[in-house]
Amino acid sequence: MKGFNFNGVLAIYRWEMARTGRTLWQSVVAPVITTSLYFVVFGSAIGSRMQSVDGVAYGSFLVPGLIMLSLLTQSISNAALGIYFPKFTGTVFELLSAPVSAIEMVIGYVGAAASKSVLIGLIILATSALFVPLRIDHVWAMLAFLLLTALTFSLFGFIIGIWADGFEQLNVVPVLVVTPLTFLGGAFYSIKDLPEPWHTVSLFNPVAYLVSGFRWSFFGKGDISLGWSLGFIALFLAACLGVVVWIFRTGYRLKS
Amino acid sequence: MQPVLSVRGVGKTYGSGHRALESVDLDIHRGEIFALLGPNGAGKTTLISIICGIVNPSSGTILVDGHDAIRDAREARSRIGLVPQELSMDMFSTVWATVTFSRGLFGKSPDRAYCEQVLRDLSLFDKKDTPVRMLSGGMKRRVLIAKALAHEPQILFLDEPTAGVDVSLRRDMWRLIGSLRERGTTIILTTHYIEEAEEMADRVGVIDKGQLLLVEQKDALMKKLGKREMHVTLAEPLDAIPAELADWQLTLEDEGHGLLYRFDAQAERTGIPSLLRRMSDLGIGFTDLDTSKSSLEDIFVDLVERR
Ligand SMILES: Nc1ncnc2c1ncn2[C@@H]1O[C@H](COP(=O)(O)OP(=O)(O)O)[C@@H](O)[C@H]1O
Ligand SMILES: [Mg+2]
Repeated sequence: MKGFNFNGVLAIYRWEMARTGRTLWQSVVAPVITTSLYFVVFGSAIGSRMQSVDGVAYGSFLVPGLIMLSLLTQSISNAALGIYFPKFTGTVFELLSAPVSAIEMVIGYVGAAASKSVLIGLIILATSALFVPLRIDHVWAMLAFLLLTALTFSLFGFIIGIWADGFEQLNVVPVLVVTPLTFLGGAFYSIKDLPEPWHTVSLFNPVAYLVSGFRWSFFGKGDISLGWSLGFIALFLAACLGVVVWIFRTGYRLKS
Repeated sequence: MQPVLSVRGVGKTYGSGHRALESVDLDIHRGEIFALLGPNGAGKTTLISIICGIVNPSSGTILVDGHDAIRDAREARSRIGLVPQELSMDMFSTVWATVTFSRGLFGKSPDRAYCEQVLRDLSLFDKKDTPVRMLSGGMKRRVLIAKALAHEPQILFLDEPTAGVDVSLRRDMWRLIGSLRERGTTIILTTHYIEEAEEMADRVGVIDKGQLLLVEQKDALMKKLGKREMHVTLAEPLDAIPAELADWQLTLEDEGHGLLYRFDAQAERTGIPSLLRRMSDLGIGFTDLDTSKSSLEDIFVDLVERR
C-alpha cells in the first residue's frame, strides 16, 4: 500500500495500551511481587551463602537475568495475545478490511507489546534497587538491549499469536521453550562456571547470548562476547521479520 | 456515470474445496441502495467479504471508485464501511473507545463532533462510556453500525442488518439508511427476506448457489416476484371450472373442493372482487379464502428455470 496510515498505527497502539491499562494492576503488581520473591529466596536466603560471581555480589548479579526472564516471557505473551484476541473474538475482520498495511499492523501491535515489556523491565529494575545496590556501567547499552530484546520477542510473540489456534498454544512457547532456555541460559549463574559438556551445550542456547550481552551492560563483563550477543539479536530479529512478511504475503491463518 | 463499485469475474473456492461463488459481475451505481437477496449459503457474505478485503478472491477484479481493491487497497478500503453479520466486537472497551478506534484505523484524524453525531443518530450517545459487553444485542448492532460509519465511508455494506433485530432498531436503521442515502452514501445490504429488499432498495440482485441470477430495478423485479395465490375452499365440490370463470384462469384443487387463483399483487386490479361477484352470480358458495405470497424458494426455482 502506498503512503503511511499514521492514524491507523496510532489507533492500534493506543488500543493495545488501553488494554494494558485495564489490566494495569496485574501488569505491575505481578512483576514486583515475583522480583521481590526472587530476591528474598535467591538473593538473601541462598545468596548469603554464595560468593560473588565474577567479582559481582550475587544479589546484584541476579538483576539482569531476572529482567531478561520477564522481558522475554512478557513480550511474547503480550504480543501473542494482542493479535490472537481479535482472531478469537472475530474482530479481526475490521483489521483486515481497514486500509492498514502489514507493516503498520506490526508497528502498532508489536510496538505496544514492546512498550509494555520495557515498562515492566524498568519496574523490575526499580524494585531490584530496593534490595541490592544497583550498578549499571553502560546505561545506554542497557536501554538499547532492553528495547531491542523487547521488540524482537514481541515480534516473535506476534507470530505465535497468528499461528495459535487456541489459548493453550499461546502459552506453549513461553512456558515450554522460553522459560527453560532462560533458566539454562545463565539467568541466575554464569555459564562460564558450568563444567563441560554443559558449558558448550549452553552456547547453543540463544537466550544465553541475550543474558550475557545484557549483563555486560550492567557490569562491563559477560559470559560471551558482546559482538556475538548483538549478532544473535539481529539475526533473530531478521528471522522474525522474514516470517511476518511471509505471513502477510500469503494471508496465512488470517484470511481464507 | 462511472459505477462506484465494479465487480468483474469474481469467484471463490474456499480451502475446503467448496465453490462458494461463481464468476460474479456486478456494477453498483453511486448513491443507490442495493439489496443482495438470496437464501442462506448463497454466497452473500463471501461476496461482501471479498469486496472488503477480508477474504481473498480466487479470481476476478474489483474497482472501488476506480481504485483496484488489491493493488490500490488503501484508497479502495478507506471508502468502504462494513457492518458484519456477526456481533463481533471487543466486549471490554467502551462504546466511545471502539468507535474512535475504528475511525483512526481507517486513517482519519480524530473528529469528536462527527463521532458524537454518529452516536446520536443511532441513539447511542448516552451509552458512550458504557462497556460494550453491558449492552443488549440490538445496542451492540448499533455500535457496529457506528463503527462502520466512523470514518465517513462512501459505501456502506450491511450484512443481514435486521437478523435478530427488534422493531425499534429496525425502524431506526431504515431511517438512518434513508438519511445516509440523502447524503450520497451508497448502501449495499444483504437479506434473505423479499420484504426487506422491497422496503428499501432501489435495485435488487438475486443470488443463489454462488451465482448472481439477475439484477433489476426493484419495481420491475417485484412485478415478477409479486405473484400471489388465493385458495378458495368451496361449499360444494365442482367437477370442472365453469366457462363463465375462464377469464381468471383458475385451477381446480383438492379434487374439486377448492379453487386456486394466481394474481399479481402489484397490479392495480387484482381481479378478486369481480371473481367473487361472478361466483356468487353463478351460485358457487365458498367457506374460506386464503391468500399467500409465493415463497422465496418458489421464486428461486422459478428464476432458475426461466434462465
Ligand atoms: N471460511 C469458509 N470455508 C469454507 N466454506 C465456507 C467458508 N465461509 C463460507 N463457506 C461456505 O460458502 C457458502 C456461502 O457462504 P456465505 O457467503 O456465508 O453465504 P450467505 O452469506 O449467503 O449465507 C456456504 O456454503 C458456506 O458454508
Ligand atoms: Mg451471510
